[in-house]
Formats: sequence, C-alpha cells, structure tokens
Amino acid sequence: MKRSTLFFAQLVFTLLVCAFMLVPVLLSLLAGLTRNYFVGVSGGLTLDWLVQVWQAYSPTVWLSLQLAVSCAVCVCVIGVPAAYALVRMNNRFSRAFEELMVLPVAMPGLASALALLLTYGQFGELRRSWLFILVGHVLFTLPFLVRPVMAVMQRQQLPTLEEAAASLGAGPIKRFFSVVVPNCRAGILAGVLMVVTLSLGEFNLTWMLHTPMTKTLPVGLADSYASARLEVASAYTLIFLLMIVPLLIALQAISARLSRGERR
Amino acid sequence: MTTVRFNALSVSSRRDILHRLRPTAAWALAPAAAVLLAFWLLPLAQLVVLGGQHRDGGDSGYWQVLNSAQYLGSLAQTCVLAAVVTGAALLVGGISGVFLARQQFFGRSALVALLTFPLAFPGVVVGFLVILLAGRQGLFAALGMELAGERWVFAYSLMGLFLGYLYFSIPRVILTVMAACESLDRSLEEAARSLGAGHWRVVCDVIVPGLAPALVSCGAICFATSMGAFGTAFTLGTRLNVTPVAIYNVFTNYANFTVAAALSVILGAVTWAVLLLARRLAGQSGTVL
Amino acid sequence: MSGTTIRLQGCRKAFTDGTVAVDNLNLTIEAGETLVILGPSGCGKTTTLRMIAGFERPDTGQVFFGDSNVTRLPIERRDVGMVFQNYALFPNLNVAGNIIYGLKIRGLSPAERNKRCAELLELVGLQDHGQRHIHELSGGQRQRVALARALAPRPRVLLLDEPLAALDAQLRERLRSELDQLLRSLRITSVFVTHDQGEAMALGDRILVMDRGRVAQLATPRDIYQQPANAFVASFVGNLNAFPVIEPTAHGLKVSGGELPWKGIQAPTTVYCRPEHLRVMDDGGHLRGRLVGQFFQGAQSRLLVDVGGA
Repeated sequence: MKRSTLFFAQLVFTLLVCAFMLVPVLLSLLAGLTRNYFVGVSGGLTLDWLVQVWQAYSPTVWLSLQLAVSCAVCVCVIGVPAAYALVRMNNRFSRAFEELMVLPVAMPGLASALALLLTYGQFGELRRSWLFILVGHVLFTLPFLVRPVMAVMQRQQLPTLEEAAASLGAGPIKRFFSVVVPNCRAGILAGVLMVVTLSLGEFNLTWMLHTPMTKTLPVGLADSYASARLEVASAYTLIFLLMIVPLLIALQAISARLSRGERR
Repeated sequence: MTTVRFNALSVSSRRDILHRLRPTAAWALAPAAAVLLAFWLLPLAQLVVLGGQHRDGGDSGYWQVLNSAQYLGSLAQTCVLAAVVTGAALLVGGISGVFLARQQFFGRSALVALLTFPLAFPGVVVGFLVILLAGRQGLFAALGMELAGERWVFAYSLMGLFLGYLYFSIPRVILTVMAACESLDRSLEEAARSLGAGHWRVVCDVIVPGLAPALVSCGAICFATSMGAFGTAFTLGTRLNVTPVAIYNVFTNYANFTVAAALSVILGAVTWAVLLLARRLAGQSGTVL
Repeated sequence: MSGTTIRLQGCRKAFTDGTVAVDNLNLTIEAGETLVILGPSGCGKTTTLRMIAGFERPDTGQVFFGDSNVTRLPIERRDVGMVFQNYALFPNLNVAGNIIYGLKIRGLSPAERNKRCAELLELVGLQDHGQRHIHELSGGQRQRVALARALAPRPRVLLLDEPLAALDAQLRERLRSELDQLLRSLRITSVFVTHDQGEAMALGDRILVMDRGRVAQLATPRDIYQQPANAFVASFVGNLNAFPVIEPTAHGLKVSGGELPWKGIQAPTTVYCRPEHLRVMDDGGHLRGRLVGQFFQGAQSRLLVDVGGA
C-alpha cells in the first residue's frame, strides 16, 4: 500500500512527540546506572547508586506501598457502593453528588491539602500519623474508581439481573455481593489499578500533609532532587518507574478489554 | 396517538422501578457522603471562611490578595501559562491522536502505549525529567556546547515549566482524541470526500467539529491540572512566580494562613469556573477527568 | 409440585406521571392452571405480571397467594420463579451455578443442590452442559437454563415474561411445544405474558386479553376465538373483517358491496366475521367485490377484496 507524504509527515511528527516523552526517561535510566553521568557511559555502568538509594530511602517505598494498598481498599469499600447508588438513583441529587466527588480532583491539590491541614492539623495524633495522608489520597482517588465502575454498571443489564436474583430469593445485600459486584469485576480492577498508580505518585497533597516521619516515595524523590547528586536522584526515579510501569501496562490491558466489551 | 401513549408508559415504568429501589440505593451512598462531608466540604468551608478573616487588625485575606500586584501577577502568569500549555498540548496531541487513531501501521500499539505512560507520572518526576532535558547538566546543555559553544539552560524558567506541563498534558490529549476519533462516524468523512472535499477541507469541516466537544473538555482538564501543578514547579525551583508556589511560600515561609487560604480559594474558584465553562460549551460529553 | 391459587382483588397501578397502567383488576388464577396474559404493548400485561411477582406494589387492591395476603411482601419472600424476556442469566456463573443460585439461598446442602441441579438439567435436556459458560450457549439453550433456574427452588408460582420473544420463529415453535408439555406435566400455577396470539392459543388453559389497563376478556382459547367479547378482542386474536352497516333493509342489512341476510329485531352498526367463514363463489353470493391482491400462504391463501366503501 502506498502511503502519502502526509502520512510520513504525521508519522515523523508523532515520533518526535514520542521522543520528547521518552528521551528524558531514558536519560534518567542511564543516569541512574552510570558510574559518573558527566563522563558518560564510557565511565562504566554500576548498580551502586541503586543500592545506595535503597539503603537511604527504602522506608519511603514501603510507606508508599502501604498507603497505596490501604487507599485502594478504602476507596473500594466506599466507592463501589457509591457507584452502585449513583447508577441506581440517576436523578438530580445523584448528579450533584457526582459533581461534588470530582471536585477534589479538579481543585488544585495544594488547596485541598491546605484545607485539610487547617481543619484537622490541630489534632496532633492524626497529624503525625500516615492516616492523615491516607485521607488526602482517598479524596483524590475516589472518582477514579467510581467512574469506571459506574461505566461498567451502566453497560451491564444489572437491573434485570438483580430482579432475577430477587425472584430466586436473594435480599438486597445478597444481591449486591452475588450479582452486582461479580459483574463489575473488570471495572473495579481497572479502578483499583488506577487508584494504586495515582496514590503511589501523589505529590501535591502529600507534600503538605507529610511529616518527617511519614515520607512517601514522591516526597523522597523531591528531597533527592533538591539535595542529592544527579545519579542518586536518577536511580531513585528508576526505582519509582519500576514500580509504576507494570501497573500502567496492566491498566492498559484491562482498559483494552473493557472497551472491547463495550463494542461487543 | 397510540404510540405516544405507549412511549409515555414505558418511560414511566422505568422511572417507577428506580423509585422503588431508591431507599436501599441511598444507603449505599452513605459512606462516601460521610467521607466527602467530613474531609472535603467541611475543610473547604473552613478554608473559605479563613480566607475572609482579618489578621492583626489588617484587611481580610481576599482583600490583601486582590490588592497586591505580586499575587495578582502570579495569578495572571499562572493562567496565561496554563492557557498556552493547553493550546500547545491540544495542537500537538490532536495531530498525533488523529494520526494514531486513523492509521494502521506496524508498531502503532507500542507507540500508543509509550505515549500514554507518562499520564500517571507525578509532577515531581516530570520536573526532574525537564531538568535532565534542559537543566545545567541536561541534554540541551550538552547539545548547545557542541553546536554553539554555550550551555542552553532553560529548565529553571517559565520555559522549563511550560515543557513540564506540556509533558503531562500531551498523553491526556492523545488518549481523549483517539477515543473521540473512534466514536466519530466515518461515513461523514466518506460523504464529504464523495462530495469532492479535499483532505484539508475534510479535516476542517468534519474532523475538527466532530472532535470539538472532546477537545474542549480535555483542554479544560489540561488547564486545571496546569493551574494546580505544584510538583513540577517545586522541583524546578521555588523562585518561579506561579500561584501554587506562592501559596506554598506564604504558608511555610510567612505562616500567613489567611492569605494562603484566600489564594487557594481564588485559585480553586478560577479552575472550577473554567471547568464549568467547558462543560457548558462541550455539553455533557462526560469525558471529564 | 402442587399449585397455588393466585387472586388479585381490585388492583390498580398508576405511575408517577399519572398514566394508569392497570385499573381495577379482579382476577383469580386457579391452582395448577396456565394463564396467558395477552395484549398489545402498553396494555398493562407486564405491570400485572410484575404485581404478581412483587416487583410492583399495587396502589390499591390486594394480591393473594392461596389464603395469604402477599401484597406487601417483596419478591424475594414470595417464593415465585420467574423467566425473563432476555433470560437475565448471571454471566459470572456457569450453567450449574445459575441453577444452584436459588437453592443456595434456601440453604440446601451441597449434595442436595447437586442432585436437584442434575434433575433440572435432565428436565430441560441439557445434561452435559452444567459446566458451560453462559456466553457459550445458544439462545434456545439459554432459555432452557433460565427455565431450569426458575424451577429449581420448587416455587409456588411460575411467571414467564415473554420468554420466547427473543428467539427466531422456528426455535420459538419448538420451545413452545416443549414448554407446553413441561407446564402440563408439572401442574404448577403459571402466568405467561405475551403479545403473540399463537403462543397464547397454544399454551394457555385460559387467556386474559387486556386492553388499556383493563380486562377485555378472560376465557378459554376456544371461547376467545369463537366468542370474542368485543371488537378489540376479536381483531387482536385472529384476523377479522368488519362491515359497517349502512342501513337495515326488509330482509337484511345493507353494507358496502351487497346485502347480508338478517332477521333480528335491533340492527347492529357493524358486522364482523372471520375470513375462514367467508366463501368465494362464482355467482350468487351476498357480497360482490374486486380482487385486488392474493397472498399465497402455503396451506391457505389470503385474498384482498375491495367491496367499496371506506
């Protein structure tokens, strides 16, 4: 098939865009693995920086993972029933509620963090605990679970399935767990992956809410960018990318499956 | 007559089913409602009130902000920067997005995957990537040395911020445009072509109007994220005069909670207004987020 | 399975926008009987079924199963089995999982469940399909699984909401006769909603024809066809010719196209007759007309004759 010049012009443009997205990432990978970034690759490759980063910053990695998992659990517990309610109600009130739920994402994270800090910062116990950051993450990530779950719920013929379950003797709670939840698994999974990814990388809120004892990975990254040498910062970034890229690949696979299901 | 009646019946019966299940459904909303009320609405109200308080017998926070050339300047600069980033991202992402959605070639899906990964990179990391690209030891500095004998360093200026914001806006635009392209009716293009429209005419008359709602709502989100992006600016240096950094400085360096709250409220209000406006323009296309 | 009598007393259901779906419905469905509710879309037949099922609560009136008043009982406590138009099989469970669902809720032991499941699979002729996924089944198979699932917990009443509507014509015919045999052998009280008169005729012990929320006629299929209560029932069930009477004459009624013999006292305004009760004659008939169309339908032919008039 003969391609037009326009095709190639667009291809080159897209490849340039891709280079803009990719080259810095590759640079960071390289910097994290070279002995000395100024000398370049000819100076030799090393894993020393990674080891050094791990020794200095591994608590931030664990705290971030702990936060991400807890956040996903919390968001599931409050988000899935909320999505169900919003799909079911579908009136002016539910639409207003949806709006309210998206607001923490639309608002600058700094403003939300400030609001939380000024209201609850005086409770020292909570302020010092990692739960304070968790609250911020839950607020910020909630719509990212509720939206895909709602989309899946709207697509399934859930009302009829629920009626079928009711005709077989299932009460409301049994219906929710045996019919609604299993038939939204794909949406929930996509939402959870998104929530974990976002929680791992959340900085705007976290920077304001963290204390020296509750440093997350992105907070540690910001620290290292400000103070550590370039190779250490790069190695640290490399660790972060290693954590987040598998999640993103899984997310893409699931959303591809979901959109195929939509077309079917 | 009969058909009208029948339609009315079927619609009302559906509404009635919903009516019957509402009490149970409302209970399922309770946990989310409680969390939002306690940790979002209440603090937000507190913030709004605090911004209006008078500190040390001076003016209220809002008045201080609105009377200060420095704060207003930073707000204007943030808005302009966000608008420019949005425009550039829409242009770049739009071209690539239409291309990727409409052409089939080897390596296309890999390209799409690579282009959409950075969507989830946090602002701090993006800031660092900009430093690697255009910082003192960056790629452009080395390139400048080779070509012109001087280091090209622009990471720590508004240009660096622009690059950073562009970096996390482009993937979002590409994703949205690709999704919108897929839902676009191809027969419209074919019809235009059959009527003798050339390539550019098709683009202007069919594709751009078809994508417009998606572009508007996606643009609004890019604008909103650029307004609030603190991480990138923080990494690139706190000297940059954009509002998130200003809020941070006022809060941590001067402990001036009133002004910090007022600035936050104003920044949030502007962002929200733009999102609402976009919603009005784009209709309920539902691509917000 | 022994049947339960279902009684609806003065049931009325209006929707929030004021349209009345069902008005003052009195109905007794005998134990073990198959009642077919027949009518055009929007006549209230589905609402009636949903009131019996417990999905809708009547605004006024009561629903009885046997002697117990179930008006305020939600569907999950009414002990009914229901087959839905689009089957509503749970896509997350396999065939056996779907059939067992209701048994699990009733707290049967795994051994009992599996035994009952095997019984039902055999009943609907799907012995080897227990482990299949729903999306692997054909439309007819899904229909059978839906039936098996509804029957598994031995419900007091079986409700079927246009269960054959989504199938193609040939399969529909076959499943109809299977369903007929099954319902007769089970002697379970069943209510079957359809807009297809052929289905209604074949399956119903009695047929309830509904029109705009009210009972048009409740009778056996034979009576419905041969002695329809009014023009609506007559035209909805089977084909019908209508001859408006222009004026009574000395020995009959003048209609467009000729004169019909009539000996009654008060002349009707319209004369109806079934197509099969008309005979085509070479000469000397009561009516004359011009043949404008002829449609061959296999065992019979349909003739379109213009006798003048409106």
